[in-house]
Amino acid sequence: MEKTYYDPADLKKFGKITDWNKELGDTFFEYYGKVFEEGSLTAREKSLIALAVSHTIQCPYCIDAYTGDGLKRGITKEEMMEAVHVAAAIRSGATLVHGVQMMNKYDKLSM
Amino acid sequence: MLLKSLHAQHSALSKTERQLEILSNGIFKDGYLPTFADKIKSVGQFPLRPKKIEILQLNVGYMCNQVCAHCHVDAGPDRKEIMTVETMQHCLDVIKNTGVHTLDLTGGAPEMNPNFRWFVEEASKLGVQDFIVRSNLTIILANKKYHDLPAFFAKHNIHVISSLPYYKREKTDKQRGDGVFDKSIKALQMLNEVGYGMPNSNLKLDLVYNPSGAFLPTDQKALEHDFKIALKEDFNIDFHNLFAITNLPISRFLDYLINSDNYEDYMYSLVEAFNPKAVDNVMCTNTISVSYDGWLYDCDFNQMLGLKVAVSDNHISKFNEEILSNRNILISQHCYGCTAGAGSSCQGTVA
Repeated sequence: MEKTYYDPADLKKFGKITDWNKELGDTFFEYYGKVFEEGSLTAREKSLIALAVSHTIQCPYCIDAYTGDGLKRGITKEEMMEAVHVAAAIRSGATLVHGVQMMNKYDKLSM
Repeated sequence: MLLKSLHAQHSALSKTERQLEILSNGIFKDGYLPTFADKIKSVGQFPLRPKKIEILQLNVGYMCNQVCAHCHVDAGPDRKEIMTVETMQHCLDVIKNTGVHTLDLTGGAPEMNPNFRWFVEEASKLGVQDFIVRSNLTIILANKKYHDLPAFFAKHNIHVISSLPYYKREKTDKQRGDGVFDKSIKALQMLNEVGYGMPNSNLKLDLVYNPSGAFLPTDQKALEHDFKIALKEDFNIDFHNLFAITNLPISRFLDYLINSDNYEDYMYSLVEAFNPKAVDNVMCTNTISVSYDGWLYDCDFNQMLGLKVAVSDNHISKFNEEILSNRNILISQHCYGCTAGAGSSCQGTVA
């Protein structure tokens, strides 16, 4: 039995998902590649968004991948940490904005 | 920051045999990754063969005023290996008598060789098409006797190629030592003042970027764009081209990879990024590297690994263009550094 759920070496095997469904796997990787191409947003901006989202979804593979990608692109650690704070702010904001629902419910139920 | 070379520290990794052993064993022996020979065999490019010899790259000595963390030469102030006038004279003879059109002086800090200026003057008279000096920049400010180097370079129409790992202080100083960034900026401004790197100037000033860590360089053009904007806005510095160079896993960079537990992942990244198109133009196909003591190598990296060219006349005093053009190039797993992504050479990307 595996002792951990995550193994860093598994990131290198990501491409193998096509082994069990080539068509969908290939379609996904083609789409993935296109998404990260230079477009209205620069590849650098996309890399920072990916890093922030990686933290939101707490994907260790993605965090490793996009920290490395950012280093390659010359993204500084200050920029990376600011991006993580953006993710954290949205995440905590999402928690807190539900506080309004709580307040509404509380008020409704209270005399 | 390192204070001493691996050589002076008597580190096991200062021995070329140990480095070659590491590069041949482990992940490459147990089949986790293919050897470079197997990889190029699989794309029909084995054995690696040279084309016409166009570039003579002379390592005029391992002495340097800096001790950079990634240095593949393991250069530093404690290295005493210096090319003699006699060996330089042999190099001049080769330039005179062969089809070599580019001369590329490297080190260490080539300017620290006591015969550097004499050699530049003599070689200039021979009408070399492209005469490169790889300057670490800070040497220009290291001592009063070097302050006039920009004017000296300009007088001899030297093509200056300088390392600046990043356009920000932190990353540069971390790799090359405290204060290196500020001195490099000042030196670049001095080069600009005599006309180097200015738009439309014939005085060529190119910069070399190499990653400050266990990752590969990104797109050379994108980096050049970022460097140009940042250096112009922040310091009013102009330069011509940026060369993105991949760190090869030998000497100090290999030491760093092993100590930081990045060696296997880094080798994996290099192998994963293998680009057969880059193999066509790797620099060993048109360059001969000469060591301070006159031995010939396929490239500066093979020189640092002690892998002399695979011909019997392997000294500059017996340089034979025809025999050298018919040799097999010696390879090991470090060669993956030159074939990853867009490729890497002393002239930047190759694919």
